[in-house]
Amino acid sequence: MPVGAIEDLGRKVTNAVADFGDFSVFCGRVFGFLFRGWFRWKNIRLLFPQFYEIGVKSVPVVMIVGAFIGMVMTVETYAQFKSIGQEARLGSVIALSVVKQIGPVMAAMMLGGRVGGALTAELGTMNVTEQLDALRVMGSDPISYLVVPRFLACVLLTPLLTVYSDMLGIGGGWLIGVVTDHIPNGIYWENTVNGVEIWQVMEGILKSVLFGGAIGLVSCYKGFTCGSGASGVGRACTEAFVQAFLAIIVINFVFAQVAREIYVALYGTASVFG
Amino acid sequence: MSERALIELREVSKRFGRLVVLDHLSLSIEEGKCLVVIGASGTGKSVLLKHIVGLLRPDSGEVWYDGKRIDTLNERRLMKVRLQFGFLFQMGALFDSMNVLDNVSFPLVEHSSKKPDEIRQLAGDKLTMVGLKDAGKKMPGELSGGQRKRVALARAIALEPKVILYDEPTTGLDPIRADVINELINKLQRDLKVTSVVVTHDMQSAIKIADRIVMLRQGKIVFDGTPAQIQTSEDPVVRRFVTGEASEEELASLRIPTR
Repeated sequence: MPVGAIEDLGRKVTNAVADFGDFSVFCGRVFGFLFRGWFRWKNIRLLFPQFYEIGVKSVPVVMIVGAFIGMVMTVETYAQFKSIGQEARLGSVIALSVVKQIGPVMAAMMLGGRVGGALTAELGTMNVTEQLDALRVMGSDPISYLVVPRFLACVLLTPLLTVYSDMLGIGGGWLIGVVTDHIPNGIYWENTVNGVEIWQVMEGILKSVLFGGAIGLVSCYKGFTCGSGASGVGRACTEAFVQAFLAIIVINFVFAQVAREIYVALYGTASVFG
Repeated sequence: MSERALIELREVSKRFGRLVVLDHLSLSIEEGKCLVVIGASGTGKSVLLKHIVGLLRPDSGEVWYDGKRIDTLNERRLMKVRLQFGFLFQMGALFDSMNVLDNVSFPLVEHSSKKPDEIRQLAGDKLTMVGLKDAGKKMPGELSGGQRKRVALARAIALEPKVILYDEPTTGLDPIRADVINELINKLQRDLKVTSVVVTHDMQSAIKIADRIVMLRQGKIVFDGTPAQIQTSEDPVVRRFVTGEASEEELASLRIPTR
């Protein structure tokens, strides 16, 4: 291998490690502010505009996506379940898939796309137009003033959006299963209720807290460290979405493994087929 | 008026990658005076300004403010020091999401215990000082370049700082509006008795506002004197900058080669 290629590889590895180090310091500073008296009214008032931007404005898209995913899952699986005479149990399978995986992951993806890009673009533009420096010069820390409220809004509202996504996903499944494919309503709901335990609902909601944290931290970090000019902001937005997406997938896998081990240790293995 | 140095840079060096921007630069800035830093684009003028307020830290050397070394302070301590400074950014750096009055009120909301009514009153007074008392409800996007700079100046003086740093205050403005900014700088200097450091490459502006002018070239100071002295300087580099003439070398790079 030529020396130039080795040099190039070394530089890339060094940069990646340095970037991860910078990200860790950034996260440390965000958590540092959380534990250093951020929860005073002067700071808490900064949360409400973020609740609106990040949470309220995301509700329609999260609900629509949740409903359509529930519907399409029923459309795709109904024939398979019917062929083995188990279509009545479809409700439990749909509900379980929605509350454990589809609801939280899709809500996080929607949030990553809609909010993550917007956060990076907003903070990135503030960065390239020296507004972050202006904050520093005026004796305010941009991490405390800008990042902490956005991070908290992501962490607190992703679980709520997940609940919306779960409800609409189950509703969408019901619509196709009961109204279109004529599964008896009572049996469908009975299976739905019996197939899902509170543990599984909480599992989905709990991991959505981590998804929200990852989206907030990655998006804000990319905005703070974006390159100069419009192209720098654009590149940062793309990187923010891709990295938040990867973080969601990896967290989802690790969380699923850990949650499964804990569940089996506490309750043993459960099956939707009884 | 006291002649003591309020700000001191001692042997400050800064490089970005391989580019040396400040090269063992030492500079004392006297209290109550207006120092103008001139130099061609890319000679490290804005970098120098950012070192004074701790937005950048030197690779080597020391930065002192009011008898205390500040380049080694952590961010939290530095924030307290920064409250003594007002900074006018080149493009204003107004917060896009806030109207003009909220922009000017921002430092007061964050760092004073005054009531909202008092803060609005004080911010309105600052806007009056820069001649924009009716612009409070406007958003930054609705303002002209000159108005943005004046609003940014009103914000910079909101906390009544001891030092005001100006980064290219007249760049991008027509001569009339540039003169308004020059007059404003002189007025603030007179009325508020502040120490000013102005970075510019506008010689007309420099002559009008400066008590002292330093010229930077390749990260070093190549001239240090009064406005009268710079106009009679014999140094060819300084002369060319004052009169705005390109060197033979610089012109040669523009010539189309003949075959």
